[in-house]
Amino acid sequence: MPKLKVNDIEVEVEDGLTVLQACEKAGAEIPRFCYHEKLSIAGNCRMCLVEMEKSPKPIASCAMPAAEGMNIKTNTPFVEKARKGVMEFLLANHPLDCPVCDQGGECDLQDQSMFYGVDKSRFKENKRAVPEKHMGPLIKTQMTRCIHCTRCVRFATEVAGVSELGAIGRGEDMQITTYLEQSMQSELSANVIDLCPVGALTSKPYVFEARPWELKKTETVDVMDAVGSNVRVDTYDWEVKRVLPLINEDINEEWISDKTRYACDGLSNQRLDTPFIKYNGKFEKASWSEVFKIIKSKFENSSKDKVCGFVGDLTNMETGYIFKEFFDRTLNNNNYDSRSDNRFLDNSERENYIFNSSINGIEDADLIFLIGANPRYEATILNARIRKAFVNNNTKVISLNDSGDLTYPYNNLDGQTQTIKTIFEGSEEISKEIISAIKPMIIIGESLLKLNSAEHLFNLIKNFLKKNNKFTEDWNPLNILSCDAATVGNFDLGILNSEKNLLEELKSNKFEIVYLVGQDNLEFNKKDEFVIYQGSHGDKGAEIADIILPGSAYTEQDGYFTNLEGKIQKAFKASYPPGEAKEDWQIINELAEVMNNRKLFNDKEELESSMFNYIKLQQEKQTDENKVQTISDFVNEKLNIQIKDYYFSNVIARSSKTMIECNNSKLNIKSTGTEG
Amino acid sequence: MSLRRPAKDQPEIFEFSSSSLDEANKIVSKYPKGKQQSAVMALLYIAQKQNDNWIPLVAMKYIAKFLDMPYIKVYEVATFYTMYNLSPVGKYFVQVCTTTPCMIRGANKLVEACKEKISDKENELSNDKSCSWMEVECLGACVNAPMMQINDDYYEDLDKEKTVDIFDKILKGEDPKPGSYRGRLNTEPENNRKTLMDVKNA
Repeated sequence: MPKLKVNDIEVEVEDGLTVLQACEKAGAEIPRFCYHEKLSIAGNCRMCLVEMEKSPKPIASCAMPAAEGMNIKTNTPFVEKARKGVMEFLLANHPLDCPVCDQGGECDLQDQSMFYGVDKSRFKENKRAVPEKHMGPLIKTQMTRCIHCTRCVRFATEVAGVSELGAIGRGEDMQITTYLEQSMQSELSANVIDLCPVGALTSKPYVFEARPWELKKTETVDVMDAVGSNVRVDTYDWEVKRVLPLINEDINEEWISDKTRYACDGLSNQRLDTPFIKYNGKFEKASWSEVFKIIKSKFENSSKDKVCGFVGDLTNMETGYIFKEFFDRTLNNNNYDSRSDNRFLDNSERENYIFNSSINGIEDADLIFLIGANPRYEATILNARIRKAFVNNNTKVISLNDSGDLTYPYNNLDGQTQTIKTIFEGSEEISKEIISAIKPMIIIGESLLKLNSAEHLFNLIKNFLKKNNKFTEDWNPLNILSCDAATVGNFDLGILNSEKNLLEELKSNKFEIVYLVGQDNLEFNKKDEFVIYQGSHGDKGAEIADIILPGSAYTEQDGYFTNLEGKIQKAFKASYPPGEAKEDWQIINELAEVMNNRKLFNDKEELESSMFNYIKLQQEKQTDENKVQTISDFVNEKLNIQIKDYYFSNVIARSSKTMIECNNSKLNIKSTGTEG
Repeated sequence: MSLRRPAKDQPEIFEFSSSSLDEANKIVSKYPKGKQQSAVMALLYIAQKQNDNWIPLVAMKYIAKFLDMPYIKVYEVATFYTMYNLSPVGKYFVQVCTTTPCMIRGANKLVEACKEKISDKENELSNDKSCSWMEVECLGACVNAPMMQINDDYYEDLDKEKTVDIFDKILKGEDPKPGSYRGRLNTEPENNRKTLMDVKNA
C-alpha cells in the first residue's frame, strides 16, 4: 500500500491505483475527459496533468500508477498553465456552437473551459470539420465536436462487447465511427451518449427537446425488465423527456439498456386518460362514478366464484396488494393470479423464484450455466455483468441453447430437456464441472418454467445442487431469471392461485367478470365475460375490455418494485397521470368504497405498512413450512427460449416510436445481409 | 493530408492466392496462439501486393475473419497507415518524395512532370489507367535527392527531363532501370571517391 502526498496531505492507497485516484482520495478534484472509472485507461486527453516532485514535466495522473513517496501538487501555477495549454489544443478544433448543442449545460468541456479555457484563440488556421456519422436510431452524431477521448470506443469494446466502434484515420483527421457507418448492434448502445464528455454523441430522440436546467429530476427505478435499474427521470411539465442511469454498484453500475432509456416516449402515446364504457362495440367516455356504479351492479349480479382477476407485469406492489385485498376482503374470493402463462412456481420458499446469487455475485461465480435463458434480451444489464465476469475472471459460461451472440463466448448444448435431466442426474462431464465449481450459478429462465416437465426439472436441479452441498451460507447457486418488473413482487405478495388453474378456466370461459390490472398478455377467446381493464395504455387488454379504468404508469405514482434478486426499491412519482386517470391503488380503494361503503385503506401509508407486515409474515411462514417435494412426470421436449420481442416487451415499449425505430433498424440490418 | 476513404467501386470477393496464403500462414505462425491479431499489418501488405497495390474492403473483412478480430480493428489499421492504399492505384504506382532534402533539390519539378505525364491530380489514374502518382513523406534516400519510388524500386538523382523520360518508358510498357540517374553507384560521392581510396572493394 503506497503512501504519497497530494498537496501536502498524506494518503495511503491500495496497490495498483493511479495518481488520479489517490488525488480524489485526498479530496483534490482532477479535470478529465478520457478517464472513466468503469473503462480501461487511455491517457489521451492529457487534461489530468499534475505536478510531480522531481519530474521536469507534468504527468498524466490517470495513467500514472501511484507509488511510494510521490509528492503530487494539483493546484500550482505550473499545473494550471499545463492544463490551460491542453485546453487550448482541445478547443482549437472545437466549434463554438454551445448555444445549439444538446450537451450544453451538462458538458464536461464547457464546464472545464470555465476554469482552464483561454478567452481568445491563437488558432488562425481552418477549423476541422467532420461529416456526421450514422450510428443508428438512438445516437445523434456531430463529430466536429469530438475531442477523441475514445470513451465510446472503449465502452463498446469492453462493456457492451460489440467491437463496432473505432477510430479511423490519424492525427487531426482521426474520426470515431462505426464500421462503415452501420447502426450499433447493442442493447446498451445509448450509454455512449452519457459517456461522451462533449456534444459529439447526443441523444437522437431527445434532440433539441429541453435544456438540463429546465427539467425536474426524479430519482426512481426502471420497470422495463426485472433488474430494477436505478434511473433518473427528467420531466418537463407533464412530459417525461428522458431517462438517465443512476449509479448503483449492486444493480446496474452506471449503465441502463436502450429500452429503459428510450421507451419513455411511450408514456405519452396511447394513454388512457378517462374512463370508458363499451356500448355496442364502441368505447364512450364516462365519468368515474358511472363506471363504478356499473362495476358494482355487475359484481352484485354474479356469483363470487365467477369473478377472476389478473395483475400485470408493470404493476407496483401497492397496487398488487390492494388488488389482492380487494378480492380477499371485498369480493371474498381468491381467483387472482399474476401469471399470464402456465409457469411453474413453488412459492413455499422464496429462493424458488428469485435470483439468489445476486447480480454482484455474478462476478464471484466460477461457472455459469444458462438453462432456458437468454440474458442479453431478458435482462440486458445482467448480461453486461456476465460479460464483465468473463472479461475479468474468464468465467466459464455454458448455455443449454444456442442463443446467438451473447457478447461473450459460451459452450452451447443441444437444447433438449433430456440433456438437463442427464446432467442433473450427475452422469455427464458438465455435472462434474458443476460439482467441482466452488461458486456455480445455475440461471433458469422463464422458458424452462413454462415447460410441461418444469416441476420435475426444477426439483431435479435443486436437489442435485443440495445433494452436492452447493447451498452454503454465503452462496446460493439457484437463480431464476424473471423478465418482468412486477413478477417477484407479485410472488412475494402471494398473488397466485395454486389451487386451480385460472388460465384454463378463463380459456374455457368459466368466468363472468374478468378484472385485469395492467395485464395485457392473456390469450383467451372472449365470449360473454365482462372485462374490466385498469391500466395506463390502450393495448391488448383495453381492446377486449368492457370498462376501462385509466391508471398510471410507473413514473406517475409512488410504488414499490422488487427486482429479480428480491431487492425492494421504490419508484417515485415524477409526473402526473394524464387527464382523469388516477393512481392505481386509489382506483381500487375507491371501487371498494363504492361496493362496501368502506375504503380498504385510509391512506397510502396504511396500505404500505399493511403490505410490509404481510410480506414479513409470509416470509416467516416460509421458513416454518417444509413442503414435501413431489417429483412429477418427465417428458423429453425441446426447450425453445421464448423471448418477447425485445423492443416490444411491455405496453410502454409497444407505444414508443423510438422502440419501433430501433426494431426497424435491426430488421434492416438483417435484410441487407451486411452484418456478416 | 486528409482522411483517406475506401474507394466507391469495390470488388465483391477477395481471397488470398495460394502463395499469399502460404506467406500469411508463415507470418501468423510467428505469433503465439491467441495473439494472431498481431499479424494484421503484414497481412494487409500481402493483400495489397496481391490486389494491384490497393486494399479493398472485402480484403479487410477477409483478414479480420482470418485473424478472428473485429472488422473495425482492421479498418482502423488500414486507414491509419498511409502506405496502405484504399482505392485503386496504377499498375505503376509512383511515389514522389517531397520532404525537405528532396524539396530543396527540386522535387517540385518531379511533381510537375507527374502532373504533365500522368494526371493532374494525385491518386488519379493516367489516361491509359496504368499509372498513378502521389506525394509522400521521406523515403529515406536523401543522399540521392530528388527521388521517387515506382512500385518496389527507387529512381534517384532525378530532374524533370529524366523523370519525363522514365514516365515515357513506363507508359510504353518498358521497365526503366532503377537507381541513380547521374551514373553514381548507390550513394557514392558525385565525382569519385574521396575516402577509403586504399581499400580495393570498398
